[in-house]
Order: sequence, then structure tokens, then C-alpha cells
Amino acid sequence: MTPKTSVTVLFAGDSGDGMQLTGTQFANTVAVYGSDLNTFPNFPSEIRAPAGTISGVSGFQMQFGSTAVYTPGAKFDVLIAMNAAALKSNIDKLHHGGIIIVDTDGFDAKNLKLSGYGEGNNPLEDGSLNDYTLFSVPVVSLTRKALADTGLSVKNIDRCKNMFILGILYWLYSLPIETTVQTLKSKFKNKADIADANIKAVTAGYNFGDETDMFAQFGRFEVGPAEMKKGTYRRVTGNEAAAIGLAAASKKAGLKLFLGSYPITPATEILQALANMKKWGVKTFQAEDEIAGVLSSIGASYGGALAATSTSGPGLALKSEALGLAVIMEVPLVVINVQRGGPSTGLPTKPEQSDLFISMFGRHGDAPVPVIAAYSPVDCFYAAYEAAKIAVEHMTPVICLTDGYLAFSSEPMLIPSPDSLLDVKPVFAKPRNEGDAPYLPYKRDERAVREWAVPGTKGLEHRIGGLEKSHETGNVSHDPANHQLMTDLRLQKVEKVADSIPLQTIDNGPEKGDLLVLGWGSTYGAIKIAVDRARKAGHSVAHAHLRYLNPFPKNLGEILSSYKKVLIPENNCGQLLMMIRDRFLIEPVAFNKVEGLPFNEMEIEAKITDIVKEL
Amino acid sequence: MTDTLTTLTAKDFTSNQEPKWCAGCGDHAVLQQLKSAMADLGLKTEEVVVVSGIGCSSRLPYYVATYGVHGIHGRALPVASGLKAARPELNVWVATGDGDALSIGGNHYIHTIRRNPDLNVILLNNEIYGLTKGQYSPTSKIGQKTVTSPNGVVDYPMNTVALTLGAGGTFVARVTDRDGKFMREIFKRGAEHRGTSLIEIYQNCPIFNDNAFSAFTDRERKADTTLYVENGQPLVFGKESEKGIRLDGFTPKVVNLNDGSVSKEDLWIHDEKDFNKANILSRFFDDPNASEDFLPRPFGIFYVEDRFTYEDALTAQVEKAQENGEGTLEALLAGNSTWTIK
Repeated sequence: MTPKTSVTVLFAGDSGDGMQLTGTQFANTVAVYGSDLNTFPNFPSEIRAPAGTISGVSGFQMQFGSTAVYTPGAKFDVLIAMNAAALKSNIDKLHHGGIIIVDTDGFDAKNLKLSGYGEGNNPLEDGSLNDYTLFSVPVVSLTRKALADTGLSVKNIDRCKNMFILGILYWLYSLPIETTVQTLKSKFKNKADIADANIKAVTAGYNFGDETDMFAQFGRFEVGPAEMKKGTYRRVTGNEAAAIGLAAASKKAGLKLFLGSYPITPATEILQALANMKKWGVKTFQAEDEIAGVLSSIGASYGGALAATSTSGPGLALKSEALGLAVIMEVPLVVINVQRGGPSTGLPTKPEQSDLFISMFGRHGDAPVPVIAAYSPVDCFYAAYEAAKIAVEHMTPVICLTDGYLAFSSEPMLIPSPDSLLDVKPVFAKPRNEGDAPYLPYKRDERAVREWAVPGTKGLEHRIGGLEKSHETGNVSHDPANHQLMTDLRLQKVEKVADSIPLQTIDNGPEKGDLLVLGWGSTYGAIKIAVDRARKAGHSVAHAHLRYLNPFPKNLGEILSSYKKVLIPENNCGQLLMMIRDRFLIEPVAFNKVEGLPFNEMEIEAKITDIVKEL
Repeated sequence: MTDTLTTLTAKDFTSNQEPKWCAGCGDHAVLQQLKSAMADLGLKTEEVVVVSGIGCSSRLPYYVATYGVHGIHGRALPVASGLKAARPELNVWVATGDGDALSIGGNHYIHTIRRNPDLNVILLNNEIYGLTKGQYSPTSKIGQKTVTSPNGVVDYPMNTVALTLGAGGTFVARVTDRDGKFMREIFKRGAEHRGTSLIEIYQNCPIFNDNAFSAFTDRERKADTTLYVENGQPLVFGKESEKGIRLDGFTPKVVNLNDGSVSKEDLWIHDEKDFNKANILSRFFDDPNASEDFLPRPFGIFYVEDRFTYEDALTAQVEKAQENGEGTLEALLAGNSTWTIK
């Protein structure tokens, strides 16, 4: 058995072939075995694109390893192709010499034609794959043979072909089929025949590895368990993690969570996950539109709930006016914005980091809000949690940025103990009695934060809204000096958030040196690996990753001035770069990519090498 | 409890802010009746929230000494819906206008009506945009000349009552700003109704659309142009109650009770639970100034239906999910499927 430190696999097939399910099964098995992993699905934006075509290909990519895994991998070591289109659309991302496992039954004349290879041009036979290790398996035929005596229809039998190939992969990577068998039993607990057929298929695939001499000269592989922190884990996607983070913050704060939202790719799973958390007192409101989504949350927040809304770029644009209302009302509100390729409908299923400007500046008037960003699927939990903490403790809307890459990627999450989570402390105004001084809804503490005065509380009756308010009393005011004061106070309030957030740290590398790679959001994994490699190559390079985009951590200027150059890789045209240049008057090096794809570590490593050469 | 129970008066619902509406504006009368209705209902100031959008009428929350939110244009209803979903025990009112509810907020309007949260919606319809100084609104009349329709309005007007019934409204009423005590009683009925209560108020704007409703409010004409409906009573109108409405199949006809051809027993008896009749009644939308042959404009409660409210249904789902206790933070963090690294 050949040991491997990490392997990147792509399961690719027709969108009806069950590739997401197959990949998820493999990921669960790997996780239970103890390897570290990171997964990323890649599916068409159409629900059912024409079968057999390139646009109908659905993929599930994952990297697993015996060392820490930060990304789903840049290039694949193994490509599983259920048909010709799946091979054609992914072969360019397979490592030279990589393994291809194909279902030869997906390479008939019709599939070859639909995939664009053309009838009679079979890549499995024309030698074009000679640079790779090709395993041609008639998966459909073998599955039909294995399940011949089940009495199921051919259609139902053919649906098990993905389990057959999963079995082969388990054999190849020396992994047990047991986790999948258990899952199938519980998933189909009311359909014993389907459960049995799927179990038979995965077993037959595994046995095929033993029986065939196809793999004989090649052998099997083993990826050992990683040095994971001890504890109990669950696998989460970024969207699931964000939903759990919001719910956890509500429990910790002793508040009820309310989510007003409207379905939008790639944020919808947050609404779906929270709709299933009623046991934790969560209320979700699927509004008639994005605007009603955020406004229902503002209403709930005025009523004393921890209120949130989840969206993506086009939805954030629609929510702009309402966010201004939340800014001037000074009520807590969490906006989870799962970024996608824009502008307009853009690339709905593809990630981008191009909503930083709209988050910072996308409201009329001077309307500052704290902005934070998550850097990994698991970190979506902590970022959503912290967004809720800042919103509640500073009485302000907070925008929490994730993106389509984090939203759909998954990785193991070490389940935190409730005690380890930071406290979330709302400050409610206390009831007043007759004879008490009149209540001042806009009286502030030293952090410029007002109290939360919740309807139903005696003596706190007050009227607030979008019109400018008089300092302290909250009454409508058009006084020029008052508007200046209130604008200044709202800005100060957000700036003072910097007093309660941690200082910026260096993730990796020296505290002074030649080059700092400054990232934010989902570029974390690629930068982490690239900087690691550059350091191993002897370069003086460090990596800092920003969670707090507004306000910046207080020591950020000092950190930036400790390096000769600063490189900012972003999946946009230089939005963080412009903010850094404006604030610190330095000229960082831009590295921008807007291809609807995340950076890979090779690109960043090459850029680092180019820069340090010149220094 | 009883020894500390004090009944509040309209004055207790009056805030320290001076209303900034024009002299003679119908909004003043609505505000007064609303505060009186709240007092009559025995509400406490701290349990009431008045939510509004933007427009002259949306200033109303500032003048009521309860909790209040003056939101953004067209969007009072989602704010109120979220508040009510989060805090079902609060008594939530919405003040809105024809532009606010039916134009910029039209989408929120129909969806709120169908969801039926327990809100009391007061829609002050003056058939004009007052705050922006006199542009036509979705309820302005065909041919109406305004600063943005110098040659007359060509947009066909919205019929608020018919729209509300069409959207699935469960309490639909109409009054005018001159109705005083009657308006207050309708407010109280609306407040007692569980579900969204829509009370459309024909409200005169003396500055930009004076006399828009004079056909229904002029002492001389009122009796012949209006039909005040009362549950269980025949549809009768006219100076001497000499006219009535009779249904000929699905077609309403004005009949004369004095010509011996029909008696009161032949008339349409108002039944506020009858959805089909309410729909026909809602289509009494003729303009008495446009033709001699018109059906009178109905006022009062068109329709009432007992239907579950949004927040009750949502709360029931939460309670069901918590049958065996509320979920703990530990269980939330752990989820359903875990593994342990030792």
C-alpha cells in the first residue's frame, strides 16, 4: 500500500448521477477515519441541464490528507468521470499522470456526441489519455449484474451505479464501507429494498477492486489520519455553519432568533437550516422579497429579538435603503451576505469577493456599519456569531461577508463547548415608573451605544424611525448642528467597535520582513499554502488575514509598515486594496482574479516569487 | 392586579409632539378617534406599537404616546409583520396611505393581507401625494389634473376594498374622516378582530386634493351617494331611507321602496361573513359626479372572516418542535452526526 499525505478527488457526472451524494459519502467516511478534509461542490446553475452535455456536468471536489487541509485542492489527483462530458470538462485540471476512473458505459455514441468529442472520437481509445493512469470500468453493466437478483427495475438499478464507483474508490484508498452502509440504512429506512440494493452496489464495487486484475500492478493507497485536535467533530458547510452561529449567539445572549429572508443563491441554505431550528426557538419568515426580508428583521429587532437576514449581492442591493433605516434607528441586525459573481445576476453559483464596497458604502447618506468576513467554512460559524455579538452589544447593523465558495465547501468542525463561546450581552433599558425622569432613547454610553428599549416595557414608550433624531430625546429634528452631531456619533460608534475587537495577528511568517500577503475571506487557504511554500523556499514572507474590515484592527497600520511590500490578492478588482491605500497611504501590490473561481495556491505562490525577486 | 388597574383616556395616548399636519387635514380627526379607540379598548400605552411608512399620514406614530416606528416608504407592513411574528403579544397598528400602501408598498400589501398577521391597518386614502405636494396617486380619479398629470390622470384607479378582498383579507372596512364615532367603533371592531384588519379611510387633503370625497361627505348629497352597511340589516339609503339595493341574480339594482314595487324584505340583507356578497359590494365603485346612474358607495364593515393568523401558526410550529423541551446550546452545536478523534 502506498502512503499519501494528501489526495484531491473530483467526482464528476451528469447532474442526475448523484455525484453530490457520492462525494458527501466519501467525505463522511474520510472524516470518520480521521483525515482532515475540505470539500467543494461544483454544479450547474440550471436544475436539470440537458443530460450528457458539458453544461449538465455536476462535480464534487474534495481534498483529504494526513496533514492539515485548507482548500478543496487546486488540481485533482483522481478524476472520476461517469460520462464523456464529465471527462471533457475536467481533464485540464487533472495532474499530469493522475488517475482517471471512467464508466465506459457513459462513453457510447450518444454521450460522445453530446459531450462534443464527436461520434467515433472516443478519448478512451484514441490514446489521448496516455499521459494519465486510466481505469476503464463498465460501471452500469457491472451494477446491473450485481443487482440482477434484487427484483428492482432497471431504472432503479442504474441509480445505484454511483455506489458501485464509490465502492471502487473505498477499495483504492483502503477505506471501510461501513459508514456508508450505516447511512444508507438510515436514509432508506422505509425502503429496505432500495437500501439493500445500494449496499449491494457499494459492496460489489469494493469487491471488484479485489477481484479484478485491473489495479494489480498499481496497488492501493492509504491516506493516514491527520493530527487533528482531540474532540468531537461534525462536518459543516459555510452556510450551515453561519446558521448555527446565529442560533448559538441567540442562545448565548438569551434572545430569540428571528430571520427574515428571501431565497437567493448561494445564501438560501441559511434560511433552510434555520427553518429547521424551531426547537431552539428560531423563527424564520420567508418574505415576499429581499426588502421585506430585512424590514421584517428590523421590526423583530425593535421588538427585542436577535434579528438577521441572509442574502447575496442582488439582495444586498435591494436592502440598501432598509440598512440605512437600521443605521439611523440604531437597532441590532445581522446581515449575512454570501457573495457571488456580479454585477446583476452575474454568476449566481460562482464565488467572488466583490461586495466589499457595497457593504462598506452601499447606502445613501453617511451610514457606517461594521463589516466582518469569514475565512473558512467553519469560520462562518464564528464570524456569524461575532457579527451577532457586535450587533447586539453595539446596537448596530453588521454585515458579515462569506461567499459561494465557503457557503458550499465543507470541512470538519471541532464542536466547541458552550462555555468556550464569548458572551453576548444585550443592554436593555429598564422599566420606569411615574415620577422618574423622562426616558431618553438616544442617550449613549462611553462607547456611543444607546440602550435597547423593548416594547412592552413600562415607561419606555418612544417613537423612532428614519427621520433624523434629536440627540438623546430621539424626537424628530431638522436642526443643522444636531444632524452634524448625530452623524458624527453614529460614525464614532462604529469606530469604537475597534476598542472591543482583537488586534490583528500574523497568521504565518515573520513579524517584520520583505512581503506581507494581506487577505480577507475565502482566499485564506490558498494564501496559507502559498506563503508556507514561499517560506520553505527561503523567502521572507508573512500572511495576515483580516476578519475586521470595518473598523480595521487598531494595529493594522503598524503591521503594514513592518514589511517592504504588501500584496493583496482578492477575487475582485481591488476593493480592499483601495480601502487600505486610502486609510494608510501605502501602495500595495494588487492581485485580482474575477473568473468565478477561487485563487489556487500556485497562482499566489508564483505572484509572491515574482515580487520578492524584485526586492 | 385590579387595585392598580387604571383606565387610560385619549389624553394618555397623546404624545408630547405637536401634530404637523395642515389645518383642516382629515388626519387630525383620525388621530383623535384612534387615541379614543385605544382608550376605549383598555389598552396600555406600553403594549401598543404604531408602525408607519412615509407620507403625511405616516407621521401619525409620533403623536401617539405608545411605542412607534416611522419606517421607510411603502414598508410599514413588513416591519409590523416581523415585530408581530417576534412578539405576538404586542398590539400592533399600522398607519399608511394610498401611495405608501398601494403604490410603492403594493407588494408588501398583498402579501401581508394573505398572511393575515394580527395587525390593525389604517389606510388613509386622500387620492393624492400630499407630502411631495400634489402628484397623483394610485387611487386618483381618471382625468384628475395634478402637477404630474397636467392633462389628466390616465392610470385606472385602485379599488382598495376589492384589492384587499382579492388578496384574502379577513377584515375589510371603509369609513370617511367625517365619520367620528362610527370610525372609532370600526377601529375597535378591527382591533378586536384576530387577523389583519384593513380600515380604509377617505381622508380629505384640503391643500392638494380638496373635496375629493365631497360627493360622499356633503350634507346635501351624502344620503343619496353613500350606503352605510350594518350586519343583518337591509341595504337602505336615501334621505328618507326610501332607496334600497336588491340583488337581481348577481347584479345589484337600486330600487325605490316608496313606489310599491318592493318592500324591505326583498332587499339585500348585509351579511359580513358572506364573501361573495362582499365582493359584489366592493365593486360599488361608481363616481357620483360622473353620471346620474350610480350605485351608492358603501361604508362600514364589508367582510369579516375567522382565519388563523400568521404568528399563531408560526408559534404553534415552534411549540410543537419544543414539545419535549427547548433545544440546548450543546445539542445545537453538536448536530446530528458527529465523530470523535481521541
